[in-house]
Amino acid sequence: MSNATIDRQWTTRLRRRVEGALPPEKLLPDTQPSYVASWIYVFGVATLVALALVTLSGLVLALKGPTWWHVSNVGHFVNSTHLWSVELFFFSMVIHLWGKFFMAAWRGNRSLTWITGGVTFMASIGTAFTGYVSQTNFDSQWIATQAKDGINSTGIGAYFNVLDLGQMLMWHITLLPLAAIALTGLHVILVRKRGVVPPFADEVAA
Amino acid sequence: MSKKSFNPDVDVVEWTGTHRPYDIIKEGTIALVVMSLLVVLLSALFSSPDDRPATLRQWSHSDPVDFANTAFSELNGSSGTAGYGQPYNNTPNATQTIGPLALQRWMGVHIPVHPAADFVLATLATLPDSPIISAALQQWKSSSNTAQFTWMENFAKVTPTFSAGALHFPPVDAGPIPVLMSGLTSMARAGSLDQSLLGGGSNYYSTDYTRPLLFLADGNWFSGLAEKQHLAGDQWGMMNETGSYPGQAWLWLYTFWYQVPPFSASENADSLIWGLMMVLTVIMIFVPFIPGVRSIPRRTKVYRLIWRNHYRK
Repeated sequence: MSNATIDRQWTTRLRRRVEGALPPEKLLPDTQPSYVASWIYVFGVATLVALALVTLSGLVLALKGPTWWHVSNVGHFVNSTHLWSVELFFFSMVIHLWGKFFMAAWRGNRSLTWITGGVTFMASIGTAFTGYVSQTNFDSQWIATQAKDGINSTGIGAYFNVLDLGQMLMWHITLLPLAAIALTGLHVILVRKRGVVPPFADEVAA
Repeated sequence: MSKKSFNPDVDVVEWTGTHRPYDIIKEGTIALVVMSLLVVLLSALFSSPDDRPATLRQWSHSDPVDFANTAFSELNGSSGTAGYGQPYNNTPNATQTIGPLALQRWMGVHIPVHPAADFVLATLATLPDSPIISAALQQWKSSSNTAQFTWMENFAKVTPTFSAGALHFPPVDAGPIPVLMSGLTSMARAGSLDQSLLGGGSNYYSTDYTRPLLFLADGNWFSGLAEKQHLAGDQWGMMNETGSYPGQAWLWLYTFWYQVPPFSASENADSLIWGLMMVLTVIMIFVPFIPGVRSIPRRTKVYRLIWRNHYRK
């Protein structure tokens, strides 16, 4: 088989494109520009770690079903870890977002990195909301009956019924986490591909 | 072709300075350990809220008069659900709009709920071996609209009381309505109404709580429970949860609009606030392309605090 034949293969082309855009030294860097030295950078990785903990605790809850945590002390503790990892996830994410805003982190062809971050934030809000209405307790009843008016007013409520536990639970444990995790993965890949945005060059005139 | 001019809000001067060692795996591992410990510590210290769900049975025991009044509002069409409009029913001029946009109405009825039939009449018809209820239902069904209207008008003027495990009504010409209300209250007190209102097309399995939750939300008892927990709409309830927990603090801006004019007094508050939040969300996502907004970081110079070591050098 000729090299030309191999070069034309879709697989070869895709591999070379991925290798070109994201070589190992970019994917797992062992150095960073010296300006990457601030506590604000901690909140990006803290968000990722919190997402991992949210997913892990959610998987344990999923193993036993949506009402297990009401009747088991272990289940209640796992639910608590799910709640607090969600709180830490959003705390870290919001600080990360504001930090990146004030760094104007979209500069230098990084717009898509910013956009995927913003969309991930929205997907995360949706994931958390569907979790709150799937708790099968008073909170979920109250939040659902309050939220229905807002969602119905947009017309979306015709298809996204917050009073339907089954529908909300499926969104919460499959569709929205998949979206949030996939978007996070894309966001991280873009960060690695483009690198961390450099500081403003004050000497350059606007 | 002229070279594109440098825009400091869009472009960067690529870094040609020094680099420092950076162990991404070590950083991730430390973050994982610290965050895991923090989650376990917070969980052990503060646990998580879990107030038991409210039920129609509880309601009819705690406040049977409110239950009966709500049941009657479902029958005579004056309840919140009966007058809700889309997606539950076709009540005219009931839905919210954003100017000329009537998105709620345009989407139509996709979750049909007819409170008189679904919450009262059809539910009572499922009761076995109850000749008094069956006779009352038969009387209701065989009567004219005018007679039903007159009975409802008369019944609306009386106030029921509850004692010795039963509702009591002053003498009133309300046809079968007192029997129907007593029957539904008894059904709720026995606990069978919660299950019978579930939807989903199956006689056995269901995860759709639309009907019982709508019925529950139509009464005063349920909202009273929420107000005691500081969960009402004017108490920032959308983002709070029971107990002293942070709740959905990330919804603070969405909840904030409900507290201030003109939204706090608008009949279209939900649709207007959702519209506003959608606009703000689009602005947030597309900041890199919005002149003026994308200049805020450079003009406020907060970045000098973030990169203070860099600028000090």
